[in-house]
Amino acid sequence: MRMAVAGRILELVIVFFGVTFVIYALVFALPGDPIRALAGERPLSETVIANIRAQYHLDDPLVVQYFRYIGGLLTGDFGTNFAGRPVGDQLARAWPVTLVLALSAWFLEIVFGIGLGILAALRRGTWIDRTILVSTVLATAVPIFVVGVSAQLLFGVKWGVLPVAGDKAGWPVAFILPAAVIAIYGLAVVSRLMRSSVIESLETDYVRTARAKGLSSRRVVSVHVMRNSAIPAVTFLATDFGYLLGGTVIVEGIFNLPGIGNLLFQAIRTHEGPTVVGISTALILVFLLTSVLVDLLHAALDPRIRR
Amino acid sequence: MTDALFDTATPARRAARGTWRRVLRQPGAFIPLAVLALLLVIAAVPALFAGIFGNGDPRVCDLGNSIKGPEAGHPFGFDVQGCDVYANVIYGTQSSIIVGVLTTVLALALAVTLGTIAGTRGGWADALISRLTDVFLGFPFLLGAIVVLNSVPERNVVTVSLVLALFSWPLLARLVRSSVRGVSQTEYVLAARTMGLGWWRVVTKYILPNSLAPVMVVATIMIGSVIVSESSLTYLGIGLQSPAISWGLQLASAQSKFQLAPHLLIYPSIFLAVTVLSVIVLGDTLRAAFDPRRRS
Repeated sequence: MRMAVAGRILELVIVFFGVTFVIYALVFALPGDPIRALAGERPLSETVIANIRAQYHLDDPLVVQYFRYIGGLLTGDFGTNFAGRPVGDQLARAWPVTLVLALSAWFLEIVFGIGLGILAALRRGTWIDRTILVSTVLATAVPIFVVGVSAQLLFGVKWGVLPVAGDKAGWPVAFILPAAVIAIYGLAVVSRLMRSSVIESLETDYVRTARAKGLSSRRVVSVHVMRNSAIPAVTFLATDFGYLLGGTVIVEGIFNLPGIGNLLFQAIRTHEGPTVVGISTALILVFLLTSVLVDLLHAALDPRIRR
Repeated sequence: MTDALFDTATPARRAARGTWRRVLRQPGAFIPLAVLALLLVIAAVPALFAGIFGNGDPRVCDLGNSIKGPEAGHPFGFDVQGCDVYANVIYGTQSSIIVGVLTTVLALALAVTLGTIAGTRGGWADALISRLTDVFLGFPFLLGAIVVLNSVPERNVVTVSLVLALFSWPLLARLVRSSVRGVSQTEYVLAARTMGLGWWRVVTKYILPNSLAPVMVVATIMIGSVIVSESSLTYLGIGLQSPAISWGLQLASAQSKFQLAPHLLIYPSIFLAVTVLSVIVLGDTLRAAFDPRRRS
């Protein structure tokens, strides 16, 4: 177990340096003059250019610049926006909203994904199963922003049952619609995974034994089937949490929730390059951390993975 | 002579032909294939279809018609600029299909190359490629694409496909690697090696033909998710740019007016959803057909 943890953390370190280097190389070292971009049409004198180059350490070798950037990331420095405000401050303020949104969506995924999957498996071949299958496939084929905008139109504008946008109504009312929209995609995957693994375990020998012992079918399903067929869905749910954070970009924009995704959305709209990179990098790092936590948790739960 | 002696792949190929015939008879395969064939024709010669209702030019626009609903000759109505929505949706097919297919082909080429090297060579090549795969899997897809597209100077069909491919190959490469490793340990590959065939010959004649099926299935489904990602990125304002014509751009421009003119949102969405759905259903049918456990 301790070896597995150490190995996983070493892997995280490699991936962390790899990911940040890829971002750095692709974003900051691409051809193009950042000073020119900063100045726009205005002509700059040699001394001003030299000053700016010194201020941003642009004359250092690429590797030195990269490590300075890493040092910044590790101390929470994600750069500044055009108005001069640190991106880190904006992130800190927006973070709780995004976390609440992602957790709400996650909760919906777990409850409805697993529930629908088990229902479909137990009613295999009936119209219930077919309806669940068809609707989950349909749900994955429609882009999230189309679902979001349509849901906003129907529930918010036409029927007026839920707030159209903003977080004034607070949790949970303001978060129901956006969370449901983000959850749809993962929910579809969870229910399909759950369905196939429940069907698989229903056909195993130990379930037959349990039935032969005369256990009620409720007990067979809840004790013998559920525990052994939850693993694929749990694995997916765990990794999906990181993706949910990414999914908030589009949904927070649509529903105007003041979270990290909305910051990113606005930054793209207003062409604030450095802010876009800073926010995305922060989200990617969170994603990496969650995936490691998930793996460790997984190893703790499933003895076969420990080794 | 040598070819006749070494052509052990023939029975396998014959079996594959049988599988294909059985697959094609299922509605889960021929319906999506027919839809996709139609979409490919539309993408190849949009002019042929755009003119059906009289107004075939997506760029002939009259601001006086802005967001007008459907009427005779314009079955899908007009968009914000007063352009015919039907002609735009037809012409938009091209970008979506090209981005989906080009991205997947690029990702697949990279994945097969790297995955095969990693799976057959082992050692430091395997370690290096696997770590590289880990690094790119470390990016949540959409965010990685946002970071890179943010600094791409000109975003067109090719550059968007390249960026999407950069973040979609690792998943396929991992599959290729494990599938190739499994096949490499079979007896017929060992036999081929023992007969003194070179690495290239063993890989191309024996290993790859027998290990690509699961990867192709996932790649098929990937076309769908790439098309969705392109439209999402375009919607965010960081994918394709006007004057390109694409479903994502139409949906993005529909956003501010959809309450007054839902047709702006509905028609491009239907085309997008049908395309993606066909790809997903086709992939699922293929997966079932090539998975020996689910063969009846």
